[in-house]
Amino acid sequence: MKTMRKFLLLFFSTLSSVAVYAQEEVEMADTMRSEGKIYVVVAILGLILFGLFGYLVVLDRKVTKLEKKLPEKK
Amino acid sequence: MVKHWWKIASILLLAYTVVAGFLMSVPRLNILNESIRALYFHVPMWFGMIVMFLVSTIYAIKYLRHPTTKNDILSVEFANTGLYFGLLGITTGMIWANYTWGSPWHGDPKQNGAAIALLVYLAYFVLRGSVDNHEQRSRLSAVYNIFAFAAMVPLIFILPRMTSSMHPGSGGNPGFNMYDLDSRMRMVFYPAVAGWILLGVWIATLRIRIRNVKERILELEDYA
Repeated sequence: MKTMRKFLLLFFSTLSSVAVYAQEEVEMADTMRSEGKIYVVVAILGLILFGLFGYLVVLDRKVTKLEKKLPEKK
Repeated sequence: MVKHWWKIASILLLAYTVVAGFLMSVPRLNILNESIRALYFHVPMWFGMIVMFLVSTIYAIKYLRHPTTKNDILSVEFANTGLYFGLLGITTGMIWANYTWGSPWHGDPKQNGAAIALLVYLAYFVLRGSVDNHEQRSRLSAVYNIFAFAAMVPLIFILPRMTSSMHPGSGGNPGFNMYDLDSRMRMVFYPAVAGWILLGVWIATLRIRIRNVKERILELEDYA
């Protein structure tokens, strides 16, 4: 019984120390997230990314057109 | 459309990277803070560079075995795209270092190694530009390409790990030990790497196709 109590004590003391460690606040952009402004960032980056993808697709098609204009290799 | 599945995969993976990369939770770590998310963009640049350089070296070896213009073009254009990725990797790293390590150039072994590796590859293009004869240029640069790749690997992967680098995974521990506890980051990081590599291959193939068209036009002009 005594060992059991010792074990439980040890168990809960480690648990609480883990909890204390987790509570140590590290500054993150929590306000920005709660205000939903992070979606603005995602929207802007998404737009730039898709703009670039669109550009790549256009270039890809242009090259395909050029390739088709050239006669086949004998 | 069937032929282009990997291009679509690249678009989808990178779209996922931006959305999940900013919205999913990350470990709360001091000093790094939110900047930990730069991992999804900075590190894939290096992965992309290494894949491009590897493909370039493979085609350099192929060129030496079968000296065709096609092999030479593939080798050069993959090296070209790889260099772009490397330059983006080093500049993004400098921005990140400025805010986490305190200065853009910290003399970190990995940073120095990467810079030297990029200079080695820049010399590849200098070499190509300095030889007039077509065949000689292709052969010399193919040989140099193999040496450049062989120099890059220890500069980026081995030497920084033998000293204390501030990059994660240094000091004898390969991998991302710092993020080992966090499977959430892996769920964004691996798709990001795959997406950026595919985008690199896409850009490289465009360059290659343009070069092939150019080459074909020159051939036709010769006939005329």
